Amino acid sequence: MTVHTTSPQFKQNAHEAIHDAPLQKALNNMRTGFIERRALAAAELPEFEALRDSARDIKKHTLQHLDLYLEAYEKKVIEAGGRVHFCRTPAEANAAVLSICKARGARTVTKGKSMISEEMGLNDVLLAEGINPIETDLGEYIIQLRGEIPSHIIAPAVHLNKEQVEADFRRVHTHLPRDRVLTEPTQLLTEARAVLRERFLAADVGITGANFLIAETGTSIIVTNEGNGDLTQTLPKVHIVLASLEKLVPTLEDVSQLLRVLARSATGQDMSVYTTLSTGPRRPGDVDGPEEYHVILLDNGRSAMVGGEFGDMLRCIRCGACMNHCPVYHAVGGHAYGWVYPGPMGAVLTPSLIGVDKAGHLPNASTFCGRCEAVCPVRIPLPKLMRHWREREFARHLTPAAFRSGLRLWAFFAKRPRLYRFATRIGMAGLGLIGKRRGRFKSLPLAGGWTNFRDMPAPQGPTFQARWAKEKRVR
Amino acid sequence: MTAPARNVALFVTCLVDLFRPSVGFAAVKLVEDAGCRVSVPVQTCCGQPAYNAGDRADTRDLALQVMDAFEAYEYVVVPSGSCGGMIKKHYPELFAGEPDLARRADALAAKTYELVSFLTDVLGIERVDARFERAVTYHDSCSGLRELKIQEQPRKLLRTVAGLTIAEMPRSDVCCGFGGTFAVKYGEISNEIVERKTQDIAASGAPVLLAGDLGCLLNMAGKLSREGRTIEVRHVAEVLAGMTDAPPIGGTTAGAQR
Repeated sequence: MTVHTTSPQFKQNAHEAIHDAPLQKALNNMRTGFIERRALAAAELPEFEALRDSARDIKKHTLQHLDLYLEAYEKKVIEAGGRVHFCRTPAEANAAVLSICKARGARTVTKGKSMISEEMGLNDVLLAEGINPIETDLGEYIIQLRGEIPSHIIAPAVHLNKEQVEADFRRVHTHLPRDRVLTEPTQLLTEARAVLRERFLAADVGITGANFLIAETGTSIIVTNEGNGDLTQTLPKVHIVLASLEKLVPTLEDVSQLLRVLARSATGQDMSVYTTLSTGPRRPGDVDGPEEYHVILLDNGRSAMVGGEFGDMLRCIRCGACMNHCPVYHAVGGHAYGWVYPGPMGAVLTPSLIGVDKAGHLPNASTFCGRCEAVCPVRIPLPKLMRHWREREFARHLTPAAFRSGLRLWAFFAKRPRLYRFATRIGMAGLGLIGKRRGRFKSLPLAGGWTNFRDMPAPQGPTFQARWAKEKRVR
Repeated sequence: MTAPARNVALFVTCLVDLFRPSVGFAAVKLVEDAGCRVSVPVQTCCGQPAYNAGDRADTRDLALQVMDAFEAYEYVVVPSGSCGGMIKKHYPELFAGEPDLARRADALAAKTYELVSFLTDVLGIERVDARFERAVTYHDSCSGLRELKIQEQPRKLLRTVAGLTIAEMPRSDVCCGFGGTFAVKYGEISNEIVERKTQDIAASGAPVLLAGDLGCLLNMAGKLSREGRTIEVRHVAEVLAGMTDAPPIGGTTAGAQR
C-alpha cells in the first residue's frame, strides 16, 4: 500500500480531533447544511425512494455481471480510440500513469478530484519523478497546499475554516499584493481561480477521476460543481481517467437514474453544476479534446469482494451522505479514520482494502444508529457490514482481550437464567442501597469509560424479576 | 361476550430488569389496562451485546434461550426499540439459512412488538388515562425509529396525557451516543455525541426528557446530571402509565434530578 495509514491509532486520532477547536468549529457546520438540503431534495421528488431502489438494483446487476461489462466497456473504449489499463495494485496503476506521462515528457499535470488518486498516493509518486501535480478542485487545491489528505470524499477541505484557507493562500501566493482582502469565501475562490487558470494552460497531462464508466458506450462521466474537471480533461494533450472496477454501469439510461440520486444525496442539488461525458480522444473534426485518452482501472482488492460478505459495499457511488449524517464523523472528522475513506463507508471499505488488522477500530467505532443506511442512495446495509467486520475480528481474536473476557463472563451468566436471576437480585439490591442517597454514581470500578464523562444512574434496588416473583405470590 | 384476553409475554429487557423495574411495572399496567393478560417468563438478555461485538456463538445461544422461553405466547412486548428490534429484525437474520430455526425466529419476530407500537398499532389504543402536568421533550431512540419506524406513536399517546405538553428538541432523531458497549469502548467519542444531545435537550426548554429505551436514557441522564442540569429523565412508559412516583432516572426524589 502506497498511502500511509494511521487507522491503528484511531482512538488517539479521535482524541486529538475532539480537542482541536478549529476542527470542531468546522464540523459543527456539518450538523445542519448537508442534512437539511438532502432532506429537502428528497422530499421534493416523489419518486426518490423508488429511484433509490432502482439505483441499488442497477449496481447490483452490474456487479453480478461485472466480467461481462468490463469486457464490453474496454471494447468500446478501444473503438473510440482510447485505452484501458487494468491494474491490480496501486503500484501498477502508478506505473501506468508514470509511463504515459514520461512518454509525453510531461512536467506539469493538472488533476480533477479523484479518490482513486488518493488510494494510489499518486501525487507523491509524480513528485518523486520530477512531475508537478496540481489539484484543481478548490478543496483539493487547499489541502494540497497544506500537505493533507481529504477529510471527506466530496468536500475534501470540510475540516477547515475560511480563516485557515486565507492564511494558506497568503503563505503560498506570495506574488500577489499583501494588502489584498481575503475575508470572504468568494474572494478566496476568485484568487484560487486566477492562480489555477494559468496552470490549466501549462499542463501536459490532465488526470480526472470518474463517477461512472458506461459499458454501452465506453464513456467516463465526472460530475463537478466548479468546472475544473472540464478544463483539466480538455486542455492538455493527454487525458488520464482514474477509476476503480465498481464504477461500471451498463447503459446511459442507467446512469441517468444514478445521477438523479447522486447529487440529491450528496449536496441536495437536483444535479451537480457540470456533468461531463468523455468518450475517447479528440476525433477528426472535433474542435477540442485530448489527443490521447487512457483509463486506469484499479482493482486493489475489489474483485475479491464481489459476491462475498462485503460485496454490497461495491454499490457505493461516493455521494458522502453516510458521513454527512454520521454522529461519529461529526464528532471526530474524516482524518481520524486514518486512511483515504472516512465515515461509515470508510469503516466498511477500508478494512477490505488495507486489512482489518490495521483498520479494526473503524467498524467498531459506530453506535449502529443506522442513519447512514437510512440515507444511502444505493441502500448499502452499512451497520450490518460493520457488524460482519466485528465478527471477523472476534473470530480472529483481534478484539481486545479485556473486552473479550468481560463478554465471556457476562455471557456465562446470561446463559444461566436462574443463576443470573439470583446473582443480579443480590447485586442490584446492593448497588441500589449504595446509590440510594445520591441516585447516581460519579465513579464505578471497571466503568471508567462511562463515568469519566457522565454519571451512572443508580439502580432502583431489587430487580424487576425479583419484585415480580414476589408480587405474583401476593396476587 | 367479550373476546378472550390476549396472552402477552413481557420481555422486560436486561437494563429495565436491573436498573429500573418501575418501567417494567409501567409496561405491565399499560398492557393489562388494554385488556391483555401479562406473563413474565424467566429471562436474561436478548443477546444484542454479543451480537454487536461480533460474537455469533453466544448470540445464537441467547437467541435460542429467548425463543424457547417466549414462543408459546400470543405476543411478546418489549419496552425498548433496541431489544425489540433485535428480536424482530436480527433474530431472523441470525438464523437465515437454517430452515427450522429460521421458521421459529420468523414466527417470534412476527409477534414481537415494542411496547408503545404494540399499544397503538396492534391494539389500536387511542388514548391513555394518565395525568402529568409538565412539558416534556421526546428523544427518538435510533433502533426504534429506524428499525421499527416508531416516531409518531409515542407522541400520539403522550398528547392524551392530561396536563402534558410536548416541546420538541432540535434533531430529536440524532443518536445520543450510547450504542451499547460503544459508550464504554469509545467513551470519549460517545461523550462528544451526548454533549451535543444534552445541548439540544436543553434547547427544547422542557423540564422533562422522555424516550423509549433505557440504554439511551441512562446515557443522557448520566450526562445531564454530570453537567448539573436539572432535567428530569424518565422512560415514556412511566408517564403513559401514570406511574411517576419513583424518583427519575439518576435522581433521588420525584421532580428533582439533583
